Amino acid sequence: MLLSEMKAKQTATVVRVGGNGALRRRILEMGILKGTRIYVEKYAPLKDPVELIVKGYHISLRVEEAAQITVEL
Amino acid sequence: MTLKRLSIALAGNPNSGKTTIFNNLTGTRQKVGNWPGVTVEKKEGTIKQSGYELKIIDLPGTYSLTPFSIEEIVARDYILEERPDVVIDIIDASNLERSLYLATQLREIDCKVLFALNMADVARGRGVKIDAAKLSELLAVPVVFTIGNKNKGMETLLEKAIALAESDSAAPQKRKVKYSKDIEDAISKIEKIIGNHDAGTIPYNIRWTAIKLLEDDKIVKKRVLEKTVNIGEKILKEIDHQRNFLIDRFDDDPEIVMTDERYGFIAGIIMEVLTTSTKQRVDISRNIDLVLTNRFIGFPIFIFFIWAMFQLTFTLGTYPMNWIESGIKLLSSVLAHGLPNNIFKDFLIQGVIAGVGSVIIFLPNILILFFCIALFEDTGYMARAAFLMDKIMHLIGLHGKSFIPMLMGFGCNVPAIMASRTLESEKDRTLTILITPFMSCSARLPVYIILAGAFFGARAGTVIFGIYLLGIVLSIITGRLFRSTLLRGADAPFVMELPPYRIPMIKSLLIHMWDRSKIFLRKMGGYILIGSIVVWTLAAFPRHISYSKDYASEIEQVKRSYQVEIPAARDSEKSVIKQKMDLAVSRLIRSKAAEKAEKSYMGRIGKVIEPVFAPIGIDWRGSVALLTGFVAKEIVVSTMGILYAADEKKDSKALENALVSSGMTPLAALAMMVFVLLYMPCLATLAAIRRETSSLKWMIFSISYSTMLAWIMAFLVYQGGNMIGA
Repeated sequence: MLLSEMKAKQTATVVRVGGNGALRRRILEMGILKGTRIYVEKYAPLKDPVELIVKGYHISLRVEEAAQITVEL
Repeated sequence: MTLKRLSIALAGNPNSGKTTIFNNLTGTRQKVGNWPGVTVEKKEGTIKQSGYELKIIDLPGTYSLTPFSIEEIVARDYILEERPDVVIDIIDASNLERSLYLATQLREIDCKVLFALNMADVARGRGVKIDAAKLSELLAVPVVFTIGNKNKGMETLLEKAIALAESDSAAPQKRKVKYSKDIEDAISKIEKIIGNHDAGTIPYNIRWTAIKLLEDDKIVKKRVLEKTVNIGEKILKEIDHQRNFLIDRFDDDPEIVMTDERYGFIAGIIMEVLTTSTKQRVDISRNIDLVLTNRFIGFPIFIFFIWAMFQLTFTLGTYPMNWIESGIKLLSSVLAHGLPNNIFKDFLIQGVIAGVGSVIIFLPNILILFFCIALFEDTGYMARAAFLMDKIMHLIGLHGKSFIPMLMGFGCNVPAIMASRTLESEKDRTLTILITPFMSCSARLPVYIILAGAFFGARAGTVIFGIYLLGIVLSIITGRLFRSTLLRGADAPFVMELPPYRIPMIKSLLIHMWDRSKIFLRKMGGYILIGSIVVWTLAAFPRHISYSKDYASEIEQVKRSYQVEIPAARDSEKSVIKQKMDLAVSRLIRSKAAEKAEKSYMGRIGKVIEPVFAPIGIDWRGSVALLTGFVAKEIVVSTMGILYAADEKKDSKALENALVSSGMTPLAALAMMVFVLLYMPCLATLAAIRRETSSLKWMIFSISYSTMLAWIMAFLVYQGGNMIGA
């Protein structure tokens, strides 16, 4: 499934990070890689962006960006 | 004896506590400027320590050294070209894994690196323990523990940095990231070609250069080709060959695979140096966020904070404003009595002091506003504001972070435009800069207060609120329009860290606040002063005017007639008659001043441009006031004060009364407010636009677009209002 389809408080493992060059590389550099465990902390009040916990820190992505990341629950 | 000089650069992730450490090390001896050619803030400070003179440079906070954002390019270029003696990498101990990504890149770049493991106390509180000796050994880098916000470990940090700088050995070559065999083979093949040729030398570490070429790093590629003209073709061919081979082999771009492998290398280190206790960690920051970014109360709290910020700025600010006002009045009156009557005295009191005084009065507002913004930034709330607002800002085609400069625009557009630097994409930045001037800055407020106060009485507050709202609406429309025409293209990725909440340090808040207020003060020293002088000169010349009537003799006449009347009157009526006389005299004096203004150069210019402003209900006096407002919007008020012959000695009510009696209609006042809101940004803002976009084109575009929009909107208000008979 896609990261953007996850509900708050769910945990998943990254299977693949897609998307275009700069965005993809930026996501990888922030430590979201294949095999990384992701916890969905919450969605913003307007349902976008989404707040994640990765490698012990909090990061936010837009829902459309999260849709580039395939995960496995 | 001259001290030996060393340069120490501070690198690190955003929110790693780098700025705090920089503030601790340099104190108030900071120099804030710009990195050459770009709009990234450069901070440096020089200190003396153990017989050395140390130049400390605060590099921009980055997560990586890939050349995606200006910050990263600046940081990397500094290390590559300026070759600091030591680079201190500040690592947030509770964020070790991600921090090490930048660290591994610094190791590759071949500079002398020292780790400052910062805030290990916080990490320990969260159940994270780091084996520093092991970390130091695994990466061959000295490690120092620091606690930035408690000012601990700074001495050791500097001593270790000096020792490292003075050690003979170059940066160790071992203990760098080792990639998988295919990539290592490709690296060494490229190394062989660029390291062994007869056409000049590459000034960087050869392995690093080979890695960057393999990653298809455009900047490094260009520089390598410049240095190796003879074999450029050969190098390009080899890079292509190796990249294609790797893409084929891994089914992905080499730079992606290498990022992955760097994190793999880091994971190995983490396993050895990090122990996480099973103790249930109490994460205060997360609990705070449960409230502050809550689905239901997140927005109300956000709006409350913004409201509180404006309340503080404008109500608390009134007290020091009054003190400054009295101070200026005192100064003027002392000078008025102390100096001989000549043109220089007029120039000093009416030109310089009145002009600069009318602006310096906003200093308390600016200080409080910037203090609040620094508070938002240093606590970590600013990132939450962007998190909350991104959806809305995205509708305009902007990043959540754009909200910050736009919000600051309500204070003063100049620092607001400078704040757009936090945006990574150039298009986002340009767009934010173009629409920020529609955020009604505090300098425009006095104009609204006077006009709305005079014509809308009890509804003044609502009218002013409406003006602010109009600015916001037009910025949204403009944003959408430009996004789909001039600045088309994909939005920048919204990949943003939400750092843990921190208790801000007063010292750093004050430094922050002061840095920005300095910009405001400098604006005053420069543009406003020159502008005030120009305006005063245009108003004061020509010196000799043929008045329509002989004011002096008329005044004499009035006085004489009353002098006959007063002794004849009964005692009880004497003071009343005396008051009447004073009133008549001051009316004459004011009409003389008004006539003088009308016949001055400025008045003549106003008459010439009047036809342009007539359709929007503004007479020549308003036109002149608007022209002078180009220097700074608040000057509009003082110009109107002179032109409408308001009694300066009384309060602002005098100008309001003068405006009402001049025949200005409420509708014309509204049109003028709309015009003031939208028309071309002030001189200082234009200078900021010019600097931040590094383009004269955008500055001129901003002038024409905003002035045209202002005229059209004011026209719609005035003519439309007249039509519906308002």
